[in-house]
Amino acid sequence: MEPQTTDRARSRRERRRGEDRRDRNWYIDKAVQALVFIGGISGILFIIGIFVFITKEGYGFIAETLDIGEFLTSPRWRPTSDHNPTYGALALIAGTTSVTGLAMLVSVPFSLGAAIYIGEFAKGRTRETLKILVELLAAIPSVVWGFIGLSIMNPLIIKTFNVPIGLNVLNSGLILGLMAAPIMTTIAEDALKAVPDTYREAAEALGATKWQVIYRVVLPAGKNGLVAAVLLGVGRGFGETMAVLMASGHSINLPTSVFDSVRALTATIAAELGETAVGSDHYRALFTLGILLFVVTFVINLTADLVVRGIRKK
Amino acid sequence: MVAETPVTASASNARVQTEPTPPFVEVQDLSIHYGGKKILSGVSFDIYENEIFGIIGPANSGKTSFLRALNRMDMFTPGMNVTGTIKIDGHDIQRWKNVYALRRRIGVVFPLPVGLPLSVYDNVALAPRLAGIKRRSELDIIVERCLTRAALWEEVKDRLDSLGSLLSGGQQQRLTIARALSQDPDLLLLDEFSIAVDPVTTMRIEDVLKELKHEITIVLVTNLVQQTRRLSDRTAFLLSGELVEVGETAELFEGKVRDQRTLGYLEGRFG
Repeated sequence: MEPQTTDRARSRRERRRGEDRRDRNWYIDKAVQALVFIGGISGILFIIGIFVFITKEGYGFIAETLDIGEFLTSPRWRPTSDHNPTYGALALIAGTTSVTGLAMLVSVPFSLGAAIYIGEFAKGRTRETLKILVELLAAIPSVVWGFIGLSIMNPLIIKTFNVPIGLNVLNSGLILGLMAAPIMTTIAEDALKAVPDTYREAAEALGATKWQVIYRVVLPAGKNGLVAAVLLGVGRGFGETMAVLMASGHSINLPTSVFDSVRALTATIAAELGETAVGSDHYRALFTLGILLFVVTFVINLTADLVVRGIRKK
Repeated sequence: MVAETPVTASASNARVQTEPTPPFVEVQDLSIHYGGKKILSGVSFDIYENEIFGIIGPANSGKTSFLRALNRMDMFTPGMNVTGTIKIDGHDIQRWKNVYALRRRIGVVFPLPVGLPLSVYDNVALAPRLAGIKRRSELDIIVERCLTRAALWEEVKDRLDSLGSLLSGGQQQRLTIARALSQDPDLLLLDEFSIAVDPVTTMRIEDVLKELKHEITIVLVTNLVQQTRRLSDRTAFLLSGELVEVGETAELFEGKVRDQRTLGYLEGRFG
């Protein structure tokens, strides 16, 4: 039989041939691609820019004046001394580390617990209310937390433990833990929510109890997100300035107990930068602290990435 | 089960003669509502020990909901409401004190394979571990036996440590079957297990099921009329939540039906 082409098919073909031109949608597509590319690349550019800026300000100092060994091992931070300024950052590093460490000790169990409760146990309105409350907690400005540390925790610690000063590692660690917990809870809860329900049902069908489902299936499946949540908390701890400045006592110390006052890297920069002459050794020393913070944060993130990749590969 | 009951595993048609064996699953006036919607309305039938009981019917006829009610998954489904009684092994499942122990007696295979993000080994060892088995040698035996039964052992025996969720669809489904068998169930529920499996593998699994029915009672929910013909001893036909009829599969396919709708469905005249 002769193949027949109807008029409708023929005219449709004519029309389609005419459609091969760059129309509005084509240009919109290109424009969106370009915009998204700029957005994506700018993030990286900003980070590189920040790194270059901090390094430029601090580099000359590191190369000429600073003794790296002293910087990392000496607890003596005396940049304002007239005849013999010393730049030992060990006490500051110890301050930041001890406060962050205590904060994580407090907040990791609490926020993982909260995330598991909100994500796996709470239902309906309870769940929604809790989520909103937790997000609200995350929005409290850090200076308010610092204020709580200064005016509520301080006398409480003095009274409870009978110590002379309540602005110390314990105080700032608890405050920082409370600050980091909501964010960690939110991220961890997202990680648990990302675990498909089919996994839960499969485990339940095997006779797993609620806790067994969580422990054996949900937590291993959400491991990456949970690691990310914890590391975000650590990052928050390292970077937090105002609350730590207010609650830690801000005195240079190698802490031997949680009741010792300490000073954090961030707080030192915040408190001293305004009082230094631009370009002075002190000014550049503070930028060196900035580089140190930057490097630490970078290492934490890199470790997180490697850990997560390691988990994935297996 | 009581020991003096004669074992009727030798031939499936012998079961009809030894009827005094009480049904393994008794469904009485079972209704399931989802929110306000009726999914299953007052169905009653029995499932006997060591048979493959097929359930067929078009989508939304209540097949999957019935399976969910059987192992009390309704507990986890908000809005799902089950009335009527289901007795398994003579006990009303609503009165079961430890629902987890009930589920351990029932293996479930879902339509789409669920390879848990654990290693192949851990996928199969999960249920025994949940039940408290810790010795590696014991777990090794269970894992190998279940994977062999699910016709998967040869393909995965060299990569038991790789992630179960990385296997192909058909392999994952056999992994799911191995996992369902790993708790040594009395009752195996298969919900359209062959949807994501190629025909050759499906046939292999079907052979496995024919073997398994000598020790496990199997409920097979399927969309494939020919599959129920090949496998099940008796078949129930559900339509829009109603039990149209239940009978010996062979007789139904010979045309001995009480309801013309059954014949129409079996012959593919509507669906």
